[in-house]
Amino acid sequence: MVKSVTNLSRSGLSDWLWQRVSAVIIAAYAVFIVGVLLANPDMDYASWQALFQTTWVQIFSFLAVLAIVGHAWIGLWTVATDYMKPLAVRFIFLAILGVTLFTYLIVAGRAIWGA
Amino acid sequence: MTALTVSIYRYNPETDKKPYMQDIEVDVPEGKDLMVLDVLHLAKEKDPALTYRRSCREGVCGSDGMNISGKNGLACITPLSEAKKGNKLVLRPLPGLPVVRDLVVDMSLFYKQYEKIKPYLQNDTPAPAIERLQSPEDRAKLDGLYECILCACCSTSCPSFWWNPDKFVGPAGLLQAWRFLADSRDTATAERLADLDDPFSVFRCRGIMNCVNVCPKGLNPTRAIGHIRSMLLTQSA
Repeated sequence: MVKSVTNLSRSGLSDWLWQRVSAVIIAAYAVFIVGVLLANPDMDYASWQALFQTTWVQIFSFLAVLAIVGHAWIGLWTVATDYMKPLAVRFIFLAILGVTLFTYLIVAGRAIWGA
Repeated sequence: MTALTVSIYRYNPETDKKPYMQDIEVDVPEGKDLMVLDVLHLAKEKDPALTYRRSCREGVCGSDGMNISGKNGLACITPLSEAKKGNKLVLRPLPGLPVVRDLVVDMSLFYKQYEKIKPYLQNDTPAPAIERLQSPEDRAKLDGLYECILCACCSTSCPSFWWNPDKFVGPAGLLQAWRFLADSRDTATAERLADLDDPFSVFRCRGIMNCVNVCPKGLNPTRAIGHIRSMLLTQSA
């Protein structure tokens, strides 16, 4: 058993499962958004805003954001532990990544539920 | 006789500051296909200081694993006709492990990972009078697993093993981990799985299948790793 404190879930199996589940969520959301845009070529701001006022679109959108944040952390954590051997370099990279993803989460939440 | 250029990785830590490639010209007899190991013997006649491991010369002992024209394999069972490019043969040590001298690498990390998966039968039930019997079906589950000769061709072709040889068990070790998980006579399944459920030991495998591509015995470590993942999933779901 190799010990690790910086991966998402402490368990390799959970990380692996969440990476796959989040990939499916992101793919489904991408298909949804592209589908909406293709089905409504004359989409204006009012109808776009109305779409995002519906509860299930808000839930789906935030779920997709959560999936991207988790997926990005697992993937980039893996890249960092492969290629960044000096601990300080890796720690700084992961700290910047963490702050970026957290910011992304807050900004996305505000965009979805804000005024 | 036809002339062949053999380009060989040379490094003697006692005299060389850094490794270099040396071209040795050898005469290869016509009308028969030599194995790469035979070509190495011819090269050693030209330069007796050339160092490599070999033993059984028939693909059973796993001593002469090396990088042959860019692909890991056993020199003794790789025909020259398949290995040479044009009129040139390039031989390097197995990638990713420390070089002891020329084509000889230090396999300590490889063996350490093998040791970690406890490659022996564990059974805490009282031993029967004669032997632990196994049905032909259960025995068949070990086919494609027990044949591994630990030549290290797979693990040293795996980037995940190159970057984390101290943490990732590697394809060779994981093939054997599955060999004991799949064995009906082994009762340590839960402990074995618990030891593998971290982000490195098994899950650093990205499924690129370099291991399958190079295995001189035609084994499939990627499939074994998939079985371990499924077993981890069903045991903890």
